[in-house]
Amino acid sequence: MSTTSDKIRIIINGDERDIDAGKTVADLLTELNLNPRLVVVEHNREILDRSSLDAARVAAGDVFEVVHFVGGG
Amino acid sequence: MATTISHGGHGVQQAPRVEDVPLVIAGRTLRSRLILGTGKYSSNDVMVRAFKAADVEVVTVAVRRVNLDRTQEEGILYHLDPERILLLPNTAGCYTADEAVRFARLGRAACSSDWVKLEVIGDQRTLLPDVAGTLEAAKTLVAEGFKVLAYTNDDLITALRLEDAGCAAVMPLASMIGSGLGLVNPYTIREIKRRLTVPVLVDAGVGTASDACITMEQGVDGVLMNTAVAEAEDPVTMARAMKLAIEAGRLAYLAGRMPRREVAVPSSPTSGMPS
Repeated sequence: MSTTSDKIRIIINGDERDIDAGKTVADLLTELNLNPRLVVVEHNREILDRSSLDAARVAAGDVFEVVHFVGGG
Repeated sequence: MATTISHGGHGVQQAPRVEDVPLVIAGRTLRSRLILGTGKYSSNDVMVRAFKAADVEVVTVAVRRVNLDRTQEEGILYHLDPERILLLPNTAGCYTADEAVRFARLGRAACSSDWVKLEVIGDQRTLLPDVAGTLEAAKTLVAEGFKVLAYTNDDLITALRLEDAGCAAVMPLASMIGSGLGLVNPYTIREIKRRLTVPVLVDAGVGTASDACITMEQGVDGVLMNTAVAEAEDPVTMARAMKLAIEAGRLAYLAGRMPRREVAVPSSPTSGMPS
């Protein structure tokens, strides 16, 4: 498919990023070198279950927050 | 109070034994009355050793963005064993009820636990809680099945309302977050403890072991602290001091202190003095 080489623009943690079209959120995490077991993904303000990362597709204009636990009181 | 005091019999000299009931929050029995934060440690190694020294089983964590430009080893989960330590995600840094609810949901998704330390902050300089926002967020989170441990002022009315809203524990402050000023109003804390049925944990303001001990002497169920340990010159030793202070304060409360008097009462007999 020729569309797989197209780039789309998304926003992750406040920064714009161009990625290949046709990816899943799981692919995106792999690309970012993040362990899905240690982070939580909010996709357009909706929290994704870890079990749904493989099925969730990334579309142009999507906004992601990728968070994890840090030290805090 | 479910406290029994029994004296050893059968001619064997035994010290009076005071039996405590364990702290239970949201149906979970805890062996420690001390909860520690994970913030501000000089290294993760020091933090982990401090937790061992304090023998804590619940620690608070914050939810923040992953830094995509760095490796993920900075995440706290790399250093804590969720099998041995219960993570209590907080909503620190949230200034509205909506924001706190969002952070609570993210925390739940990250650790698969329903527990949340709810904070809705009302003022940047003092980090004092926005009690209206806290109450609003508590209602929403309780309805979603969260076990809410709510940070609040040392205000009885708010504490009662948080209990009515279904919070699993109410956590009035000793003094401002990170201030180390200790317990500034033992009277309000005591009244809150007397009036609430759910556990009352004092959260924030403890500066050193004596503060923790005095706080526990008021009869509260536990203490949550972070800076007092993390910013001590030797956090591991301070963590052990806090563990002992919490235990000492609890025992002193159970033992029942002598009354305060404004005149002296001799401890030695006043009669039988050789003339």
